[in-house]
Amino acid sequence: MAYSFDFSSLLDYTPVLVDGVATTVGLTAVSTVLGVALGVGGAAARTSTVKPLAVVVGAYVELIRNTPFLVQLFFIFFGLPSLGIRLAEWQAAVLAMVVNLGAYSTEIIRAGIEATPKGQIEAGASLGMTGPQIFRYVVLGPAMAKIWPALTSQIVIVMLGSSVCSQIAAEELSFAANFIQSRNFRPFEVYFLATALYLALAVALRWIFSLMGQRMFAKGVSRA
Amino acid sequence: MLNFTLWDILSNLLLAARWTVLLSLIAFVSGGIAGLLLLVARVSPVPPLRLAAKLFIEVFQGTPLLMQLFIVFFALPLIGIETSAWTSAAVGLTLFTAAYLAEIWRGCVEAVPKGQWEASASLAMTFPEQMRHVILPQALRIAVPPTVGFSVQVVKGTAVTSIIGFVEVTKAGTMITNATFQPFLVYGLVGLIYFALCYPLSLSAKALERKLNVAR
Repeated sequence: MAYSFDFSSLLDYTPVLVDGVATTVGLTAVSTVLGVALGVGGAAARTSTVKPLAVVVGAYVELIRNTPFLVQLFFIFFGLPSLGIRLAEWQAAVLAMVVNLGAYSTEIIRAGIEATPKGQIEAGASLGMTGPQIFRYVVLGPAMAKIWPALTSQIVIVMLGSSVCSQIAAEELSFAANFIQSRNFRPFEVYFLATALYLALAVALRWIFSLMGQRMFAKGVSRA
Repeated sequence: MLNFTLWDILSNLLLAARWTVLLSLIAFVSGGIAGLLLLVARVSPVPPLRLAAKLFIEVFQGTPLLMQLFIVFFALPLIGIETSAWTSAAVGLTLFTAAYLAEIWRGCVEAVPKGQWEASASLAMTFPEQMRHVILPQALRIAVPPTVGFSVQVVKGTAVTSIIGFVEVTKAGTMITNATFQPFLVYGLVGLIYFALCYPLSLSAKALERKLNVAR
C-alpha cells in the first residue's frame, strides 16, 4: 500500500500551529531569563565561602541533573498540589523549565567563574572592592563570555525539552501537533511539520544568542 | 477501595525500572555503533558523506526527542514495518544517541594533533587504516569521560518514551498514580529511582575526567 502524503490538510490549522509556536517561544523566553538568573545566583552560592549554602545548591544541581525533565514536570504539576501548591499548566511548565535550566546553568556558570585567574580577584580586592563588587565587576563578565556557547546549547536543549510540556496540557507546539493529528488523522505530516518548526526555532535561537554574545562580549574575550 | 502499601508501589516501580535499564542499554549500545559509523562519515575525506553526517547530527540535535519518537512511531508503518512502542522507542533513542555521541566523538577526534594525520598519511596509510591504527586509539582515551557522562542523558531520555506508550518507570508511575492518587509520593519515588541510576554514572564520569587530567 502506497501512502500518499497530504500536507495541504495542515493549512486549515495554521492558527493552531502559530499559537503553539508562540507559546513555545514564550515559555522559552521567560524560563531562559529566570533560569539564567537562578543560575548566576546558584553559581555565586556554589562558589561562595559559606559552606552550607554551597552544599545545598550542590544537592539541588545534582538532583535536577540526574532526573528526567518529564518527571520533574509531573512532580511539580501532579505532586505539588498535595502540598497545597496548585499551578496552572503554563505555570508548572515555566517553573519546571526554570528549575531545570537553573541547575544546568549553575554548573555551566560555575565552570566559568572557576576559570577566573586568581590575580584578577586579588587585583579587585587590592582596589578596595567588596566581595559582591568583585563578583559583579571582575568575575561575572569574563565568566559569562567564556561559557556563552555552552549556555546557548543548554537553552536550546531546554527549548526542545519543553515539547514534553504537552503532557500536562500546556498548549505549546507539540500540544498543537497532538491536537491537529487527532482532528485530521495525518500524524506523520503534522509531526514532520512540527519537527521542522522546532528545528527552525533551534537554529534561530542559536543565531540570536551568537549575535547577543558578539554584542555583549565584543572585546574578543569569548574565545578561550 | 484497595489500599496500596509503600512496598506495593515501590516494588512495582522497580519492576518497571528493569525496562528503563534495558532500553537504556539497547539505545546506548546500538547508538554507540551507529554513532561510530556516523563519526567515520563525519570526518571522512568524502565531502557528500561528511555533509550527510553533519546534516543528520544537526537535525537530531535541533529537534525534540519527543518529535523524533513520534515520527519514528508514525513513519515506520508507512514503509511497511509493523511497529510497537518497544521498537519505536529503541529505534528513536538509538538515532538520538548516535547523533549526540558522533558529535562528542568528533570533538575527541579533532583533539588528536594534526601531525598524527599527516604522519600516518605519509606512511601511505589509507583513511580506514589511519582511523583504525592512529586516530581512534588516541581519541578513545579522551572520549571515555564525556561518553559516560552522556549515558545519563540516554537514561533520562527513556522517560520520554513513556509518552508513546512504552511502559517503563515513568509510565508505571503514571499508572500507579491513577490507581493510588498519591502523585507526590509516586513521582517522588520515580525521581529517586532515576537518581539512583544516573548519579553513579555522573560520578564515574567526573572521576574518569579527573583521572585523565592527572595522567596527562
